[in-house]
Parts: sequence; structure tokens; C-alpha cells
Amino acid sequence: MAQAEPLLLMEGITKTFPGVRALRGASLRVGPGEVHAVIGQNGAGKSTMIKILTGAYRRDSGSIFFNGKPIEFHSPQAAQLAGVNTIYQEINLVPFRSVSENIFLGREPRRLGFINWSRMNAEARALLQQFDVKIDVTRPLLTYNVAIQQMVAIARAISFKSKLVIMDEPTSSLDDKEVSTLFEVIRRLKAQGVSVIFVSHRLDELYAVCDRVTVMRDGQTVTDKAIKEITKLELVALMLGKELGEVTRSGTTGFSEGTHQAEEQLLEARKLKVGHRLNDVDLDVRAGEIVGLAGLLGSGRTEVARAVFGADQLEGGQVKVDNRPVHFRSPADAIKAGIGFCSEDRKVEGIIPFMSVRENMTLALLPHLSRAGIVQKAKQQEIVEKFIKRLDIKTAGPEQKIRELSGGNQQKVLLARWLCLNPRLLLLDEPTRGIDVGAKSEIQALINELANEGLGVLMISSELEELTEGCDRVVVLRDGHSVAEIPHEGISENAIMAAMVHETAAAPGGERNTDV
Amino acid sequence: MSELKSVENTLASPTGKAPTGPARGNGLKREGLGNFLRSYGALLALLLLVIYNIIFTRNFLTTQTLNVNLTQVATIVIVATGMTLVIATGGIDLSVGSLMAISGALAPLIFLSKQGPFSDPVLGVVAAFIIPVLVAGAFGLFNGSLVTHFKIQPIIATLVLFIAGRGIAQVVTNGNLQTFRNPSFQYIGLGRPFDIPFQVILMLVIVALTAWVMRVTIFGRYVLAVGGNEAAARLSGVPVNRVKLAVYVISGILSGIAGLIVIAINSSSDANLVGQNMELDAIAAVAVGGTPLTGGRVTIFGTLIGALIIQLIRYTLLANRVPDAAALVVKAAIILVAVYIQRPRQS
Repeated sequence: MAQAEPLLLMEGITKTFPGVRALRGASLRVGPGEVHAVIGQNGAGKSTMIKILTGAYRRDSGSIFFNGKPIEFHSPQAAQLAGVNTIYQEINLVPFRSVSENIFLGREPRRLGFINWSRMNAEARALLQQFDVKIDVTRPLLTYNVAIQQMVAIARAISFKSKLVIMDEPTSSLDDKEVSTLFEVIRRLKAQGVSVIFVSHRLDELYAVCDRVTVMRDGQTVTDKAIKEITKLELVALMLGKELGEVTRSGTTGFSEGTHQAEEQLLEARKLKVGHRLNDVDLDVRAGEIVGLAGLLGSGRTEVARAVFGADQLEGGQVKVDNRPVHFRSPADAIKAGIGFCSEDRKVEGIIPFMSVRENMTLALLPHLSRAGIVQKAKQQEIVEKFIKRLDIKTAGPEQKIRELSGGNQQKVLLARWLCLNPRLLLLDEPTRGIDVGAKSEIQALINELANEGLGVLMISSELEELTEGCDRVVVLRDGHSVAEIPHEGISENAIMAAMVHETAAAPGGERNTDV
Repeated sequence: MSELKSVENTLASPTGKAPTGPARGNGLKREGLGNFLRSYGALLALLLLVIYNIIFTRNFLTTQTLNVNLTQVATIVIVATGMTLVIATGGIDLSVGSLMAISGALAPLIFLSKQGPFSDPVLGVVAAFIIPVLVAGAFGLFNGSLVTHFKIQPIIATLVLFIAGRGIAQVVTNGNLQTFRNPSFQYIGLGRPFDIPFQVILMLVIVALTAWVMRVTIFGRYVLAVGGNEAAARLSGVPVNRVKLAVYVISGILSGIAGLIVIAINSSSDANLVGQNMELDAIAAVAVGGTPLTGGRVTIFGTLIGALIIQLIRYTLLANRVPDAAALVVKAAIILVAVYIQRPRQS
């Protein structure tokens, strides 16, 4: 298909942050009146690419043509004036001001230096009318729901005479009905000749509303195709960097293959529900087995772990530990029941940076380490030294500040934080993300060893090798539902990917196994 | 000569960096003067102030001067110790001065009462020590629950009692100045066991006890964990809300004690004046002492030094007859310098 002059052409874009090459010659081409999907895993470079386009970041090299002219936005405001508008996931409007004020913020129509309220309200009404949104524009924005607020953000974008609207995961906080309203708006934008860049992890939505799709991986653009010419499975394979039908290689991880002896039921979760993110998740973990939790970004993997651990409150469903129903009101309750949780983001939710290795490691153990409220230092020291040795943590000593350690060693300390409690069930959210290869396979081997000793493990991972080689079973999530449970003999990269996009034909054991 | 030196240096450098031991030293980079100042800046500033005074202030090296300064600094130190704990959790407590006023207003009402259970002199004095402090602690609990259960930012939550607290104190006393003479109650401000002012002993006990609690108890570790990374602490089972409640209660209790000391020294209680601007002195003492306002790190000893610095600046300016107006500016400038040299390096 010979394309007309593209509205936006980004080519050879590179961007390096300290220690990370975020973009390595990435490209993006959006035609006029085109709805263009951009997808990729965490860290693929999508948001860096968009921030460079909107002027929030400066690129290291590469060229950007907009409307046929080379451009260089120095700030998001400059991009806005030139007709590039972004609607962020977290809507950045002023909640206490009226709808019309929000639409015209910073360029209110004036008369004799005063705001011309009647004209502003009328224009706001007219803008929203285009999308069949009929609301009182004089009421504060916060009195409306998220979907309406998003419409207001879009109306604001249109009022700038935008030629390109960027939507960053616009549907993540919308319900089904609101999503279809949003899609209607996107189709109207398209009819007016406005282009849309649509970032989302929900593949079905891409097929519902997008014309073309760009897939990014490791800072590069790996595909730019019409959406009709590519299947969901192919999209996922491209995102994850897998060949379709590729034979599972073995030995790339520290896991040794082979099932563990599945023993008694430890965790039984049924119909978990938390907000929009988690709708209907069923999950079992037995002692001595590693259960993988797979799914695309935003499918609700982390939410499952947090809900089980009592970090988020369940709105529905039930969790049983040892066949007894439990209701954890806080992580402390879950810890008492013998559960540990290694969160995904070490910096934000894991380490306490200015504390020592010793104190970070024993934080959850402190209640068992103290007599009359006083920490028994000798006992503490003994445990810390034992785990430094056992996990081979590279540190100058127990008193070194944890922030001075490498990512892999920080992760080992955090694992030890739970292991020293002798837990029965460990929830691991991306346990090997962002750590070097050596530490990675050590941690994988450790998880394997622990399962052999009878620990139940629920492991969230975006890496298919980890799931295929490490897990005894894999539960696959999609849009907050558990859609498949793949038994050990059926685990393959293809089966997992197929379940992620719900093409059941390729997923043996796609039906849930009800008999235990 | 200089050549010889450089040879010596090259020879010395490989062996000169011998590790101090396997457990420490290796991972910590030494950055010379900057690091030294960051760690010992407050102590150094205090030393400089003392040296300056020895040279320029008449009669500085006398026990009388020492006693005057220690007596005056005691209330700041006591309040600042509680403030340090609050700040260590990442919070702040603006209500300390008002809580001093409340406690200071309540005590005379109790020991001066002519009827009721507290008309008994012994019981009256005992109750005058206990009840006001407990009331101040209860107001601390109120601060803490605004912060934990209602998720109000600490600066706003404690602003409520900063404003209302002094009003409460005035309502309780009908706005009257209460004057009294009651040696057994006033022992807390005027007593001198072993010729040392009683409140100085009290101050040292509180500082030592708090420093000990922060170092060896599970509570101390929890305070630092909450301030260092609240999300991580919660996920590790730390009772975050209870820890926060506790630090505001402690801050309230210590403010209550300080309020009693102030009225005991003055032999009178004026709800308008007791503890006025104390929140500012206490926060300044914590900051000058080297505890970052972002939480997660703490030095109780530093707070003591910080309060001593502030007190000594005030004394120095007064003793050298610097006019009040200028004194305030100089005080602010010195605080700024002290905090600047201790600023964290960028990460």
C-alpha cells in the first residue's frame, strides 16, 4: 500500500540514560487521519519515544518530521501549540475547576481583560457536543467520572487544533461501556482527519480501533504493519522476541527442568476481584511447586500477588490458606500465615536505602528477633551472616548500606528478608528483572532449590524462558481474568503466548483442571 | 624535596589503603573534607562557637554561664527530641508549642484547686505532673490519627492544633495569667540536685533514653523503616500506622513536660507565651543537628548539638550586645550555613 506523505515521521531515534540505552534507532510513522497503535513490553521504549516526540525529553540523535517539516519541540507546551497533544493515563487537569475552565486553561477567551465566561462555556459545550457528551460545563471537573474527564481532556486537545493526539493507556481505568464511548470519539477524530497514537496493552482494543501497529522491543522498532495483516499471536511473539513455532531451548535459565513433588494444597484463590484491574482470577499453589503467573502488561499479575498478600483489599472472591478461608487485612497478617512477597520494584517497594544489609534483611523478622522490644543483635548477626553466605551476597559486610549494592545483590537481600522467616509460600513478582546474568541464574537456581525443599512459589514473570523452564504449572491472565492453566507437560512458549491472546486452539489444557 | 614526597606517595598508595577490616570500610567511599563536614559539621560549628565565646565573651568559662545556657536549652532539647522522631518517619509536628501552652495552663489549675480531690497538696502536685502530660499525649494521638487514618499531610494535620491548641489553653484559663509559688511543683524547673539544674538532668535522661530506644529496640528500627521507605515497610509487615501514632504521642508527651518546666521557671503560666515559636526552634535544632527532614535517618545526639548551637548563638549575640533585630538575622544565617554544609550529596 503506497502511503501518502506521513503526518509524523520519526527515524533513527536514539536516547541513552545513565546506564541504559532506552532507544536504539527506533522509528515511528503515522499517516494523516490514522489511528496508530504502539505496543511493547515494559522497558521497550514506548514512553521514551513519546516523551521525545512531545518535547519532555531531548533525543541524542535521529530526526523528527511533522507535517513535512523537521521539528524540535523543547517543551510539551511547544508541542501542544504545534498540534501534538497528549492525554496521559493519569489525567492532568485541575479537578476543582469547572469543565470549561479546564478546556480553556491558559488561553481563556477574554473581553477587556476579563474572562468572557459566556463565550467560554458556549465553546466548551460545542466542543463536547461533537462527541455527544452533554454535561453541565460549569460544574467542577471532579464531579464527573473518569471517562467524562477523559473526554474533557480530549476536547481540550481538539481545541488546540491538534493534528495528532497521543493517548497513553486511555482505557486502563474505564469500564466496558466507557471504552466503547472512547472508541466512538476516536473514530470521530479520525473522521475529522486527526491522527491518533494509541498506547495500550489490551490487544482486542487495538483490533477494534486501530489502523496500523508499531511494535517496539529493546529500544527498537521491530514491526510497522497494518493491523489487519497481523494476528494477535504474531504481535505477542514480536513483543516478546520469539519466533512462532520455535522449539523451546533448554538451559538458558538457572532452573533445572523436571517437576517438583506436588504436595498438599497451600493456597487456593477463587474469583479474586479488585477494582477494574482484577475481575475473576482462580489460582492454586501446592507446597513444593513453582506456579508461574503469565500475562501481558496490565493483565493483573501484580494485583493478584498484592491481593493475596493483603496489600490491597479484595472486593470479591476468596483466599484459602491450608484449606481455611483467610482474610488478610494487612501484609502483617499474611506474613504471620507464612507468606512472603518480593515486589517488582525494588527501589519503590523493596529496599530501605539508608539502612544496612543487616537491617534490610531482618526487617520482617524483627518481631521474632526481639525480647521485650529489644533487638537481639547477636542472633540477628548470626542469621544475617548465614544468609549472606548461603545466597552468596556480594557485600563489604552486614553493615554496608543496601543502596550501595548492585541490583542482583539487593534482590538477594530482599529474598533473604523472606527466607529467614521460613515461609511456606513465596510470591515473587519479576524476581530477576533488571539484574545481571550471573545473579539471575543464581536466583533462579535458588528458587528451584527452595521448591525442592517444600516451599510453594508463585512466580510472576514476563520472560517466557523462566516460565517454561522454571514452572510446574503456568496460570495465564488476560484483562484481569485467569484464562488458562497450563499443566507441566503442556507448557511451551507457544501455549503461553496463545493463552495470553486467547487463541485457545494452540493451548493444550486451556480448560481449567478442576480435579486435584 | 617535592620529588621525594611524590615518590613516597606512589610507594605508599598501594599499601596505604589497607582495609580497616573485612566488615567495614571497603564499600564506603571517602570524600575527604566534604564528607567530614557532613558527618561532623554540627559538632564543628558548636566547637567554633565555644572557642569564639572563650575569646570574645567575658566570663564565658564559668559554671554560672554553663548553667544558664543548659537551663535555657533544656526545653528546646526535650521538644526537639520528640520532633526528631516525628521527622524520622517523614512527618513534622507544628503543634508542640501549643501543646506546651495547654500543659502549662492545666498544671496550675490542678495544684491551685481549693476543692475536689486535688486540694490535697501531695496529690495535687502529683496530678499536676501527670495529667497535663497525659493530655498533651492525647492531643499527640489526635495529630497521629489525622495523619494515619485521615491521610492528612503532617504539616496540615499538626497545623490544626498549632492554631487551636493555644486557643484551648486560653479558654481553660479564661485568658488569665496564673501566678503561683509551689516549691514542690517548681522543683522540675528550679530544683538543683548535686548542684545541677533538675531540668538539665531530665533533658539528659530523655536524650539518652531516646537514643538508646532508637538504637536497640524494634520500635526504633520501625521508625527508621517507615521514614526510609513506607511502602517497603508496610509490605514487610511493619505496623506503619501504629508507629506513626506512637511518634506523635511521644512528641506530645515531651511537649507537655517542657510546658511544665517553663511555667515552673517563671512561677507563672501565660497561655499566650508558653512555648511560643518552640516549633521553629525545635525543627531548626533537628535540621542543624543533621537529621534530614525527608525522614529515614536520625541522630538524637545531633539534635542535642543542634539545640546547643541555637542556644549558644542566642547567648553569644545577647552577651555581645547585638541588637535583637540583627540577632534574629544572624541566627537564621548561621542555621542556613549549618544545614548547607550537611546537605546530602546528590544521588
